[in-house]
Amino acid sequence: MQVPAPFDYRRATSVGDAIALLQDYGPDSRVIAGGHSLLPMMRLRLARPEVLIDINHLTELDYIRVDGSFLKIGAMVRHVTLQTSHLAAEYYPIFAEAEAQIADPLVRNRGTVGGSLCQADPAEDLSAVFSALKANVVIAHRSGTRKVPISEFHTGPYTTILEADEILTEVEVPLRSNTGSAYEKVERRVGDWAIAAVGAMVRIEEGLVSEAGIGLTAVRADHFRAKEAEDSLVGRPPSTEAIAEAASLAATHCDPFADQRGPEDYKRHLVEELTKRALSRAMNRSLPEVH
Amino acid sequence: MQVNMLVNGVEVSDDIEPRLLLVHFLRENLRLTGTHWGCDTSNCGTCTVWMDGTPVKSCTVLAAMASGSEIMTVEGLATDGELDPVQQGFIEMHGLQCGFCTPGMMLSARWLLDHNPDPNEEQIREAISGQICRCTGYENIVRAVKWAAAHSQKSDTREEVGA
Amino acid sequence: MTDVKDKPDGVGFGRVIRKEDARFVRGKGSYIDDIVLPGMLHGAVLRSPYAHAKIISIDTSVAEKHPKVKAVITGALLETLNLAWIPSLSHDVIAVLATDKVRYQGQEVAFVIAEDRYSARDALELIEVDYEVLPAVVDAKRALDPGMVVIRDDIENKKDNYIFDWGSGDEAATEAVFEKADVIVEQDMLYPRVHPAPMETCGAIADMDPISGKLTIYCTTQAPHAHRTLYALVAGLPEHKLRVYSPDIGGGFGNKVGIYPGYVLSVVGSIITKRPVKWVEDRSENLMSTSFARDYHMKGKIASTRDGKILGLRVDVLADHGAFNNTAQPTKFPAGFFHVFSGSYDMEAAYCSVKGVYTNKAPGGVAYACSFRVTEAVYAVERMVDRLALELDMDPADLRMKNLLRPEQFPYTSPTGWEYDSGEYPRALQLAMDIAGYEDLRKEQAEKRANGELMGIGLSFFTETVGAGPKKHMDILGLGMADGCEVRVHPTGKAVVRLSVQTQGQGHETTFAQIVSEVTGIPVADVEVIHGDTDNTPFGLGTYGSRSTPVSGAAAAVASKRIVEKARLIASAMLECSPDDLEWTTGRWQVKGDPSAGKTIAEIALAAHANLELPEGVEGHLDASCVYDPPNLTFPFGAYICVVDVDPGTGKVKVRRFIAVDDCGPRINPMIVEGQVHGGLADGVGMALMESIPFDEDGNCLGGSFMDYLLPTSLECPSWETGETVTPSPHHPLGLKGVGESATVGSPPAVVNAVLDALKPFGVKHADMPLTPAQVWRAMQGRPMRTDLAIQ
Repeated sequence: MQVPAPFDYRRATSVGDAIALLQDYGPDSRVIAGGHSLLPMMRLRLARPEVLIDINHLTELDYIRVDGSFLKIGAMVRHVTLQTSHLAAEYYPIFAEAEAQIADPLVRNRGTVGGSLCQADPAEDLSAVFSALKANVVIAHRSGTRKVPISEFHTGPYTTILEADEILTEVEVPLRSNTGSAYEKVERRVGDWAIAAVGAMVRIEEGLVSEAGIGLTAVRADHFRAKEAEDSLVGRPPSTEAIAEAASLAATHCDPFADQRGPEDYKRHLVEELTKRALSRAMNRSLPEVH
Repeated sequence: MQVNMLVNGVEVSDDIEPRLLLVHFLRENLRLTGTHWGCDTSNCGTCTVWMDGTPVKSCTVLAAMASGSEIMTVEGLATDGELDPVQQGFIEMHGLQCGFCTPGMMLSARWLLDHNPDPNEEQIREAISGQICRCTGYENIVRAVKWAAAHSQKSDTREEVGA
Repeated sequence: MTDVKDKPDGVGFGRVIRKEDARFVRGKGSYIDDIVLPGMLHGAVLRSPYAHAKIISIDTSVAEKHPKVKAVITGALLETLNLAWIPSLSHDVIAVLATDKVRYQGQEVAFVIAEDRYSARDALELIEVDYEVLPAVVDAKRALDPGMVVIRDDIENKKDNYIFDWGSGDEAATEAVFEKADVIVEQDMLYPRVHPAPMETCGAIADMDPISGKLTIYCTTQAPHAHRTLYALVAGLPEHKLRVYSPDIGGGFGNKVGIYPGYVLSVVGSIITKRPVKWVEDRSENLMSTSFARDYHMKGKIASTRDGKILGLRVDVLADHGAFNNTAQPTKFPAGFFHVFSGSYDMEAAYCSVKGVYTNKAPGGVAYACSFRVTEAVYAVERMVDRLALELDMDPADLRMKNLLRPEQFPYTSPTGWEYDSGEYPRALQLAMDIAGYEDLRKEQAEKRANGELMGIGLSFFTETVGAGPKKHMDILGLGMADGCEVRVHPTGKAVVRLSVQTQGQGHETTFAQIVSEVTGIPVADVEVIHGDTDNTPFGLGTYGSRSTPVSGAAAAVASKRIVEKARLIASAMLECSPDDLEWTTGRWQVKGDPSAGKTIAEIALAAHANLELPEGVEGHLDASCVYDPPNLTFPFGAYICVVDVDPGTGKVKVRRFIAVDDCGPRINPMIVEGQVHGGLADGVGMALMESIPFDEDGNCLGGSFMDYLLPTSLECPSWETGETVTPSPHHPLGLKGVGESATVGSPPAVVNAVLDALKPFGVKHADMPLTPAQVWRAMQGRPMRTDLAIQ
């Protein structure tokens, strides 16, 4: 069995302690949460931090709550918690749908929301979900916190705007009325990363789309987002034509590449097909009277 | 570094390298070799144990991270020599062949039954979907879990342990 | 079959829980990595990152200075021991550690031995190897192109990547049939490179006792005796000082037949360090370097009359054998039993040709429950029959029914000379169709098609070819494929049976006890099975090719029958009557016409060890042995039906139902037989839909971890529906045929045929496995992909 290279281990006792440890150990230290992305990479020796800072005991970051006009999700919320959260599902069924398709039940027992975002895998699902929901992330540093739209958080594959001594503490999602959301994913097999996946959020007010979010993953969409497709929907009545146009725009404006999950043309096709499905279901959910 | 944990109800402590994986701590330091390993990428689930009442892949947890936790392995499933209904179910319904994935499968099954005493086939399949079996085609594992559900008397006490 | 518990004293065949489960469910199995010997060291292999490269230099000096490293072994050291290269099982050699070149990604380059496994891994990073990278031969179809780089320049005067040409059948007669046929269908197809991937990887612990000179090799081997003899032959080790011990094995499926460099390195390591050395491969090593399976590029051609009578079949194969020709199969058969490819159908003529080539990929070729390439053969014929049905616009079930061999044709001699022992094929197919509700399924499909929904129904009918094999026809490296068995009945009537074969999960400890019990009447609970230890078991070639029951099972049956016959003589002495006056009832010889006068096998056993005066020529004790040379192979068969739904928007396939009717003759333990079938069906779903090991243009292996090499989970597998018919083998002493690989052989074409049936409205005729969502979608676009190369 492959094993990690040697490193030092520190267990953080608070967010402040974690930041202090990051400052002490510098850029060769890394935060470990669930560890289900980082530890396999360390075993394969594709990652070799010199110090691991374990934040698994920061229960202060393990919450899902409504606070004012936001649904707030702590960074240490495990996938299984978000998957089964009635509160999250009440506002956004996309959470349960997406989470049920992330990795497998055992991984979901350990993996965390914050860890998934910070690992910044280009095929990561929650990045597309939060992109669709136009969430903000809250980042703690030694002198306070800063809030950043999810669309600015990722800077490329496996990279984020986090500074070496910062940690992600929370994701906040605006609460919206008359809104539906849905997640569509195709994978080669249960537990595999997405070939392509699409998250959609649609808000419909007075018969028109007032707000739309479309998140894409695994297809090199800029910031996991189909901005042109979102823009095309706003101000229009929900219709199959509007959906088709948005889906086509989403497919055009992403940049998938061929790998063993599929060739470029197939992935682009999937983006179109899954965008249609996700938008259609999201719209239906925002218009309960349709059913 | 020093780690302490409660493994199958027994306090253990040892001085280890920080990089030691929980699966190796259990197998080599404690000689609890019922927990197996089968891959390097957290895909196969052969190494599944309970950590603080939740099934986890012990190849993807550092022993250091588990310090202070309660761990249960396959060796902890039977009580006073009496097999857990899940173990008995695997025997009765031929839920194992080579036996390699079996400890992990049984631990997921026990957890499922503690939280859902009468699962349907789909729920059973979902619960073990992070674990690969190459021998059984899963059918008899599903039947074994159903057998255990029909013969379980232990789930109440187990829930207290796992809470 | 009745429950054993219903038979007198729990005797014989029937459903009985397994003896081995008691330890496995408690986590008390003992697999290779569970074994710890005093003073044991740990080995790790440094592997080539390149598919093809010249080794300029290897510097181990830094690694050797690692405080926990005890030794570093390179090819140069092995050359001094004449062990850098060892013979393969197919008239070739394989490198233990590369000396001149590396020829595939993952090939063994150096071996580190350290105090613990973490340090051994660390030290691998301290070895400096200077490579000169060479172009790689990746596409088997271009391996013989002029000017292609020569992989095996270690072979004198080798100027190309050619290995062999081989054919079977009457080519002229086959061509003549094609001349007169109304309909000819041709189809190219690939059976992609796949891997058995048992959950436990391969490993060994070598323990050389420097004083006695005795070498014990604990090893994940399916064939401990064959290993012992090969170590003796190759390394010149004295065979009486060699003990190969197979502990519990976490699945084999053919992966654990061969001798891998890591095993040899453990042995060399133990000799050098004078301490036990353990080596257990990680998952990437397992997938990238140990025996792959298949990799057959097949060109099929089938001929029939207009009304669907199959006349002939031809298949021309390009076989990708990787960098060394190391397929494990009977010596005379470079394509295994592929030439059983005419399958289950009556036809006038058939011919196959196989051309083997080298590529810069891992060696292997026969593995993964394939019964020596019967898997490829069944896939070829079952795809061709479906292609023919499409061409004739006939229902594939009707076409099969029309052409299946009839019961009265058995024993049947195939166009390539196989003698099928027994079969009742139409009955099995009809049963499968009945279980499936075939007519209703076709109706449902028609309705769904009208709505644009894609539902597919796929059939396959297979004839397995197992129980290798008769000495007159086959051997492996000169070793006959006969297996020994010894049965001893102890004085109190409890028995021990010693086997040459080795279970990897098949349940031999239970089923072989049942065989002895069935014949002797000794309760199953009173028969102990000993296996996997060459010091304590008779010689034989091991467990693969579904041969344990047909060969070793026959040996156990014959030895048990000899026990019963000897018991008769002893009983006659005890009862002071003629042996001819005795009749056998389960577990007891009794006087004909006087059932009250009789002796149980336990009473006879005690007498055999006591001071009873035995008849002339009868020695004491109640033992018997047998070396069984099978007169023929056995030919299990089955009919499979798969039902799939395909999402037309995404290409995603869902296997909705799978019906499997198997005929393996009488079933020793129906529960175990059914379990074996279930496992093979999951294999089939995996191979058909997700498993493959492609390579990119540089020869990088793209299936080298479980992130890339996908195995089916519980959610891809339906609830299997099984059925059985029973057609005993006429030549096996108990009529048994073997079943271990039937489902792996038979199921892939059923799944593929079902998916392609679903895609019929798109005019799709064929697409190669694995039928991933991308491949299915591409097929719907009329542009299926090659699945042996990286997706572009």
